Amino acid sequence: MSPIGATTSELLAHMERGEFSSVALCEAAFDRIAACDDRVGAFLHVDREAALQQAAQVDDKRRRGAPLGRLAGLPVAVKDVICTRGQPTTCASKMLEGFTPPYDAHVVSKLREADAVIIGKTNLDEFAMGSSTENSAYKTTRNPWNLACTPGGSSGGSAAAVAAGMVPLSLGSDTGGSIRQPAGFCGLVGMKPTYGRISRYGLIAYASSLDQIGPFAHDVAGAALLLEVLAGHDPRDSTSLPMPVPSYTAALEEPLKGLKIGVAVEHFVAGLDREVEAAVRQALDVYRCLGAEIREISLPHSKYAVAVYYTIAPSEASSNLARYDGVHYGHRAAQFENMIDMYCASRGEGFGKEVKRRIMLGAYALSAGYYDAYYLKGLKVRRLIRNDFDAAFAQCDLIASPVAPTPAFKIGELVNDPLAMYLSDIYTLSANLAGLPGVSIPAGFSSGGLPIGLQLLGPPLAEDRLLRAARMHERATDWHTRRPEVV
Amino acid sequence: MDYTVVIGLEVHVQLQTQSKIFCGCSAAYNPTQPNVQTCPVCLGLPGALPVMNRQAFELALKTALALNCEIASYTKWDRKQYYYPDLPKGYQISQYDCPFSKDGWLEIEMNAETGETRRIGIIRAHLEEDAGKNMHDESGGKTDSQVDLNRAGTPLLEIVSQPDLRSAAEARRYLEELRLLLTYLNVSDCNMQEGSLRCDANVNLHIHQDGKNIPTPIVEIKNLNSFRNVELAITCEIERQFEDWKATGRRLGDVPKETRGFDAQRGVTVGQRGKEEASDYRYFPDPDLAPVTVADELIEQLRSDLCEFPADRRKRLAVTWQLSDYDVRVIVDQGREFADYFEAAAQACGDGKQACNWLTQDILRELNERRLTIAQFPIRAEVLANLLGRIPARQITNKSAREVFLELLNDGGAGPITSSRIDEIIAARGLALVADTGALEQVITAVIDKNPKAVADFRGGKQAAVGALIGQVMREAKGADAQVVRELIIKALQSG
Repeated sequence: MSPIGATTSELLAHMERGEFSSVALCEAAFDRIAACDDRVGAFLHVDREAALQQAAQVDDKRRRGAPLGRLAGLPVAVKDVICTRGQPTTCASKMLEGFTPPYDAHVVSKLREADAVIIGKTNLDEFAMGSSTENSAYKTTRNPWNLACTPGGSSGGSAAAVAAGMVPLSLGSDTGGSIRQPAGFCGLVGMKPTYGRISRYGLIAYASSLDQIGPFAHDVAGAALLLEVLAGHDPRDSTSLPMPVPSYTAALEEPLKGLKIGVAVEHFVAGLDREVEAAVRQALDVYRCLGAEIREISLPHSKYAVAVYYTIAPSEASSNLARYDGVHYGHRAAQFENMIDMYCASRGEGFGKEVKRRIMLGAYALSAGYYDAYYLKGLKVRRLIRNDFDAAFAQCDLIASPVAPTPAFKIGELVNDPLAMYLSDIYTLSANLAGLPGVSIPAGFSSGGLPIGLQLLGPPLAEDRLLRAARMHERATDWHTRRPEVV
Repeated sequence: MDYTVVIGLEVHVQLQTQSKIFCGCSAAYNPTQPNVQTCPVCLGLPGALPVMNRQAFELALKTALALNCEIASYTKWDRKQYYYPDLPKGYQISQYDCPFSKDGWLEIEMNAETGETRRIGIIRAHLEEDAGKNMHDESGGKTDSQVDLNRAGTPLLEIVSQPDLRSAAEARRYLEELRLLLTYLNVSDCNMQEGSLRCDANVNLHIHQDGKNIPTPIVEIKNLNSFRNVELAITCEIERQFEDWKATGRRLGDVPKETRGFDAQRGVTVGQRGKEEASDYRYFPDPDLAPVTVADELIEQLRSDLCEFPADRRKRLAVTWQLSDYDVRVIVDQGREFADYFEAAAQACGDGKQACNWLTQDILRELNERRLTIAQFPIRAEVLANLLGRIPARQITNKSAREVFLELLNDGGAGPITSSRIDEIIAARGLALVADTGALEQVITAVIDKNPKAVADFRGGKQAAVGALIGQVMREAKGADAQVVRELIIKALQSG
């Protein structure tokens, strides 16, 4: 059996039965990367030697019968916005070229504790700002289903790495849809947990109040397993939730009885691709057949989500990215006249266009005289958006919607039209603004052969409910079993 | 032309915590090994997150309670954004529009003789993190700058007074009283040389002219690093503003707020460049830190744990030990340990006045000469009390006690000084007064018996005859107090 494109459950079972080792699995991953990553461009950095050494240690543990972690021997890719001790972490920015963190992010420690093998770091839009992975300072990542298309973004590298069969699992981060939208574009399960469910310690901040780490996998079980490993309280992150983590995998196969799924009238309007709409409606039919009730709900403030997001996220970003000043680490200009000039030159050279655009947007929204009209107003509308969801979840258990208005768009199609690019996150932004968990699951294909995703949103900490509902759909369909032909 | 001086002080105090305010690094003062007390959080590395130090917050609460401030039930952290190499994140975590405390006051004594006091208003006290330290090496035409981040993230309490101070001397008095309170509370060591207490002064004048008050432009004098410089700098600035008013007639609002530094050598304040543009710090709530809610129970617990404040202690000591306002001020203003020493000594010897005299004269003199703190002083309170107790007990004279005191200090021997050492010195130096009046009376009876002539002379009205008797008694009873001997002889002769 080839491990390429296999699910985590399959791979773990094979390793347990001794059919192949972690070393063999990781070697297959590196072979796959060697065979197709020059075309896909998922990885910014791979560390073959370290990974194989770690895999050998896991194999040794398994041979000795020592206790093994939940992800023992599985190759995992990590979005390059998450700190890995002793390995480059660049945020796909020139600013952090050659930067090697002296510490592991909380989630990386969790992966290591679970005996996962970290294969490498994946490409992204610079500092996670973008929806297509075209804003990387290093390379453009392509969609394994169609190399002319983007994999989505900003976690496009992590999505493409799984979709292309290079790794079975990867980590992304989601600030406005950066896990769910690439999962949708690449035909994967991608989850953004409740804000605070996974520690952000070591996640390089884009917008602190919106950022959340989450898993990519081929199937719901893989995503549930990875989430289970990563979730939990971390005293180093003051926004980390202290609530215990239920077993997401244990109840996965139990269908939800009397499930009420909300569908927002505001989600099916102009701009939504007809094939996407059809796929979503078909998915709703699947749920109906499984005994779920579909209810119409309203999220009246959702029309402000893009505006609110592009006020709050850049405001926080303008502050979070102030530390890249060329003084203590990161890029410093070779030529400068004085201190102020050193800041200007270093930042001017180190940051790309989209990052500069958002820093300027945010600095403007926070400046004296504009704060109340922009940032403060944004916070108030953000609260209203959350209130909408609270009211909606009084009537339904979950909300189903498209992940994005269209399937994956072409590389270069939107890159010069930032507003159109911002609108591709219209269905995903609200969950970040409201701090809610959301999952994207495979729900069909366009006539052009591109995957289409379905988004399910739940109330805070309803990850278990989301995953069980996702699994109900997955059992009834076979979209998740399809793999692209990259080679 | 007449004017009123208007001064407000902004004081930054480093709180005495084990670790920094948002990470676990040591907050100890360590200028000799740069950048060793650092971690990803205080270095501002990508991905690192702050976590509030509860101890720092409680020390700050304690201080605010002692300053009679209102404690906010809800407070939050804000980012103050500006670029400087000693600020690794590009922002300082501070408190902007919801400080944890506001509207308090500190009572200061205006006049030691009359005991007149005045309340100086406190606008607010808030917590923030300290920045690192830039060091510039311009020797030999170099333009190198180095940054030490050991200090970055040290908890800093900013205490902003109302513009209630009316003279340079008052400003100094306020700062001294504030420092004393902070050291009494044990929240800061307030070491101005090490920068754990820093002061900026906002100064202007209200010129009285034609029945009106015309304010001059407000000037902020930055980084005043000693009490003396606070007083001097404000004095110089008052003079400068008055001269500037006479020369230009500029009033508040005519020019932007100016920041000046103090050149202590030349005795002038000097305008600082680079602050001409009004800075926009783009404050906003720090999304990495949760807002803090302060429970009433915590406030009440901290309030009940507060120590006695210096002002209350002055009052109590004056009443308990019948001391003058001047004396209690000297004792209390030396700091909590000095006053503790006084109380221990006074209690043990039962004579507050005596203990006060010795502390404020002999001990203070020795501390100054030997550059010691009271904690380092080798004679502990109970030993001093033992020594002082011997004076009213007529074991030694006051003069001998001073001799013993100096001998104890000059001992230089190992181990603590104990009361038995006092006995040794008295014996070795023959300083003991014969305190046993029974023994003395025996000697007197014997001398009277042996000198019938002198006795007859005395009884015949020759008062001087007693001198011979005293001389003999003194020779026989070594170390007797001449005054006591005289009284006893006269008593014996009159009764006999």
